[in-house]
Amino acid sequence: MSTPKGRRAVIAGVATSDYPLLPDMTEHAVHGQAADRALADAGLTFADVDGFATAGFFPMYAVGVAEYLGMHPVYYDETHAGGASFEVLVEHAALAVEAGAAEVVLVTYGSVQLSQMGRRLGTGGGGGGFAPGPAVYDALWGNTLVGNYALAARRHMHQFGTTSEQLAAIAVSTRAHAVHNPQAQEREPITVDDVLSSRLVADPLHKLDCCVISDGGAACVVTTAERAADLPKAPIYVLGGAHATTHHMNMSAMADLTVTPASQCGPIAFARAGVKPDDIDVAELYDSFTITVLLTLEDLGFCAKGEGGAFVEDGGIGVGGRLPTNTDGGGLSACHPGMRGMFLIVESVRQLRGEGGPTQVPGARLAVAHGTGGMLSTGATLVLGNEAP
Amino acid sequence: MSERTAPPARPPSSTPPADERPPKPRPAPVPDSDSAPYWSAAHDGRLVVQRCVVCGARQLYPRDRCLKCRGAVEWVEATGRGTVYSFTVIRQNYTRPFRDQIPYVVALVDLEEGPRVMTNVVGCDPDDVHIGMAVRATFETVSDEAGIALFEPAT
Repeated sequence: MSTPKGRRAVIAGVATSDYPLLPDMTEHAVHGQAADRALADAGLTFADVDGFATAGFFPMYAVGVAEYLGMHPVYYDETHAGGASFEVLVEHAALAVEAGAAEVVLVTYGSVQLSQMGRRLGTGGGGGGFAPGPAVYDALWGNTLVGNYALAARRHMHQFGTTSEQLAAIAVSTRAHAVHNPQAQEREPITVDDVLSSRLVADPLHKLDCCVISDGGAACVVTTAERAADLPKAPIYVLGGAHATTHHMNMSAMADLTVTPASQCGPIAFARAGVKPDDIDVAELYDSFTITVLLTLEDLGFCAKGEGGAFVEDGGIGVGGRLPTNTDGGGLSACHPGMRGMFLIVESVRQLRGEGGPTQVPGARLAVAHGTGGMLSTGATLVLGNEAP
Repeated sequence: MSERTAPPARPPSSTPPADERPPKPRPAPVPDSDSAPYWSAAHDGRLVVQRCVVCGARQLYPRDRCLKCRGAVEWVEATGRGTVYSFTVIRQNYTRPFRDQIPYVVALVDLEEGPRVMTNVVGCDPDDVHIGMAVRATFETVSDEAGIALFEPAT
């Protein structure tokens, strides 16, 4: 295949849909609202879109959403990596526009899981009946989604002396950011004691160590720097991306519960971007649970393995701290509709444009968006920047 | 409220209240060509693991090949002894039958032979379970063709 020379992938538009509660919208309408807003942000219309990507829970999902929105894309992608899907899809979209396979790729996410399923998500299962193939081996014991992450948290505490107070500090810091997000699902400030006194769901994880459950969606538009030159917003460069996996749904198949796929894809993404963890100004890290953030900070190299607890204490991941993290209030407080990865990209772009509002990191030039999916099973890292490489 | 003034009866719910339903048994795996020897052994009160005929590596869960060298595998007896690698105490699960057993322990146990399995640690107070705890297999029959290995403190 002939590849056009010198094309650089950028994100030209981003948006979130309304959230966190959308009882009067369908899942597909949430995609549509996010798409309309992201295209408007980019100064483009559906007529400009020739590529489309999304991920959902049914085969040919992207094709179905394209049909609903009246698109006939010549590039489409629905690679499913759970919560990490959207970092993978944007990495793919960047490669596609740089290869000339598409000019403008729209990437959308939409979910109404709170309205459809209620707040029980993550605390059911373990009944075994649903599990296809090898997933049965871990599905017979009454374990829950929360329980899987609790196993990792317990092991990290055992090996490194990490405390519940340190995990709680992540929830407290994230809530402090959500206070400034008028859309956030939870906006009341909380303390470490509030987290520790919330009920235990699966030891050692408390209710406030867990993300909220929301409706919502988000979208972004990936195109080339050349195309973006005529568009209204400053382009945000996709400097590097990579993804990895350690296992699928069986935690018993994860070699080391304290080491996630971020330890593989993080260094690759940084190398592709030509930057180091120390260069990063702001991080948007998947926060299904507090332990998810702690493991990701270590595995991406922001601190050494085992030192995540100390890193997040004393406002370490708040604005003004060592590494401002989840500046929109994250999945722990603002919005977590099941696969939050697209929100990480939207907030990264807003920070790099200086649109972060009260939680803007002054002078932010480089951001990392890192998605985590499954049971710590998948990871995908994007390094984004507001200057041409 | 008298019968005469009672509101019209609602159509019968497809899901009767929990306390009216018969007890739900523990879930049973459906054996397939990879797993049948594993579940069948546990049904007979034995724990087995796979051993590579080429490199000797031991593994679970059951697969058609060795994870280390892709060699063929055979089944061998395990001692049933292991140690707790990590654990959690489940305090919220709306799914039966586990809803009625809260709190209970879900653990990852490293077998003496090497492979790691998920299981429940039973036969002790959940608060007494700890990482590194020595445990041994105890078996429960869950269907005509399958048993599962739970673990209890090895004393």
